Amino acid sequence: MTAPLAALEGVSVDFAGGVRALDDVTLALPRGTILGLVGESGSGKTTLCRALMGLVPHSAGRILFDGEEQRTWQRRDPRGYHRRAQMLLQDAVASLSPRMTIGAALDEPLRIHRLPLAEGRARLAGLLARLGLPAQIATRYPHQVSGGQARRIGMARALVMQPDLVVADEPTAGLDVSVQGELLNLLLDLRAELGLTWLVVSHNLNVVRRITDRTAVMYLGQVVEEAPSRDLFARPAHPYAAALVAANPALHGGPRRPRILLQGEIPSVLRPPPGCRFHTRCPVAQPRCAAEAPKLAEIAPGRLARCHFPFALAGAAA
Amino acid sequence: MKALRDAAAVLRAACRSFAGALGAVIVLLVMVAALFAPWVATHDPDALDILNRFAGPSAAHWLGTDHLGRDLYSRLVHGASVAMAVALSAIAIALVTGTTLGLLAAWLPPRGEAAVLILFDIVAAFPSLVLALAIVAVFGPSTLVVVVIVGLTLTPHFGRVARAQALALRSAPFLEAERILGASLGRILLRHVLPNILGPLIVLASMDIPVVIAIEAGLSFLGLGVRPPLASWGVLIQDGYQYLSDSWIPVLVSAGALAVATLGFTLFGEALRDAVDPRLGRDR
Repeated sequence: MTAPLAALEGVSVDFAGGVRALDDVTLALPRGTILGLVGESGSGKTTLCRALMGLVPHSAGRILFDGEEQRTWQRRDPRGYHRRAQMLLQDAVASLSPRMTIGAALDEPLRIHRLPLAEGRARLAGLLARLGLPAQIATRYPHQVSGGQARRIGMARALVMQPDLVVADEPTAGLDVSVQGELLNLLLDLRAELGLTWLVVSHNLNVVRRITDRTAVMYLGQVVEEAPSRDLFARPAHPYAAALVAANPALHGGPRRPRILLQGEIPSVLRPPPGCRFHTRCPVAQPRCAAEAPKLAEIAPGRLARCHFPFALAGAAA
Repeated sequence: MKALRDAAAVLRAACRSFAGALGAVIVLLVMVAALFAPWVATHDPDALDILNRFAGPSAAHWLGTDHLGRDLYSRLVHGASVAMAVALSAIAIALVTGTTLGLLAAWLPPRGEAAVLILFDIVAAFPSLVLALAIVAVFGPSTLVVVVIVGLTLTPHFGRVARAQALALRSAPFLEAERILGASLGRILLRHVLPNILGPLIVLASMDIPVVIAIEAGLSFLGLGVRPPLASWGVLIQDGYQYLSDSWIPVLVSAGALAVATLGFTLFGEALRDAVDPRLGRDR
């Protein structure tokens, strides 16, 4: 297997006030694949994306992009990094400068990176057509476009630079179902056409299951399981992943999975529980879980989990 | 384009109230007088006519003449251009330096921000009259000194508003999106922050115009600002004041012009503020 396009190795991110938003996160993004990132609000999904984009500094570990450390990139060629690694923010409408026409907003990446305007605009025109946006949209203002259009404008802005990696934070949030489907197909097509690597963050497990190759599950600032999506959704190893998958409403009838009810609330990141961070809510916790923090380990070929007793819940869920 | 249409809409909204419309009319009159003073005036403002001193209003001298027989109406009109020139250049200085420092304060690390804010506090706490006396003592009175003093004194006004507005924008998604695209800090501040904080700053500028006019008149009255024979409203009031026992008309007329102009700009500025954002003002 070739080296991944981007990788986080033991990355931690600390915020002011002793909040550790990411704790020892290891995650690889193989070239040309779509990795899904799931977890409840506050689990650190967005922080992970922002760290990967270099928007927040990491306090420990390494972030590698194309074989080189992010810090090296930032010192040597910060603009080059942004040209090759792009991110689509969750709020696509608010991501557009309110006093700039869509046309000017689309020109921004060309101007920032001093790309030849004529060539770039030709590429933009092609992208707009490909994304199904009318050319007249260039004269509108951000408040005059719909959420789905704003998302596609964001995509055009990112893709015109011909990046290798695109991070999409909740790409389907706030869109109605038909537009969601269209957007997801587009995402899959673009990967095939442009050889893009995607990191897709979503609350929506059905979205992640449908489009991703691999899925990582986050809990309280840590990746607790990472596996091929098919395997993860069929037979989750980590009890939290199992609970998450069991809670997901299934569309096609099928055999009903027994629900796994978690006790209590997600603990505060200010004072994470000792030992395994999930042991306070875990239905199969053992005394060892409170004492000793598990490491992210390979529990089956290609499957990683941060759990002393992987698959302990799998029997119940299967 | 959008900025222009926005501005037109705001102006229309500002003129909807009686006070706003009255203010707009006065502002327009003062502006026309200031811009076209040589054509609006009926006489040369410095032409002496000693035989005709302290003349009352007549067909030849609409508002009468002063102690040297100069036409008061023409001097008032030329006083408008002095007042506007001083007000606009002082406010331009305050707007540019204040906005630059305010933006800087919003983006600097906490220590740098504290330093800028302390600088604002020092300038704001310093009595402008004492500052004026000190500067005039060194450089001697002149129009330029007035402009610089007033510009300096008003800088914290603009700086604080610029900083507050910029702070509100700091975590806006569109600024983060620009960072993701790879935009430099300078580009983000100039192309994305500045256009979005300019509205309130322009309203503030319009509200500060009467303040500057009054300060300029005050300084000139005290002999610290615009020097005679240049026809500033402050100079006119001072001239009239010295000959108050001979005629009360010059003082009344020039002080009246100052009062009406200040009132007009204040009404207009307040209407503009309410039109831009009803929540913005009242507490300044």
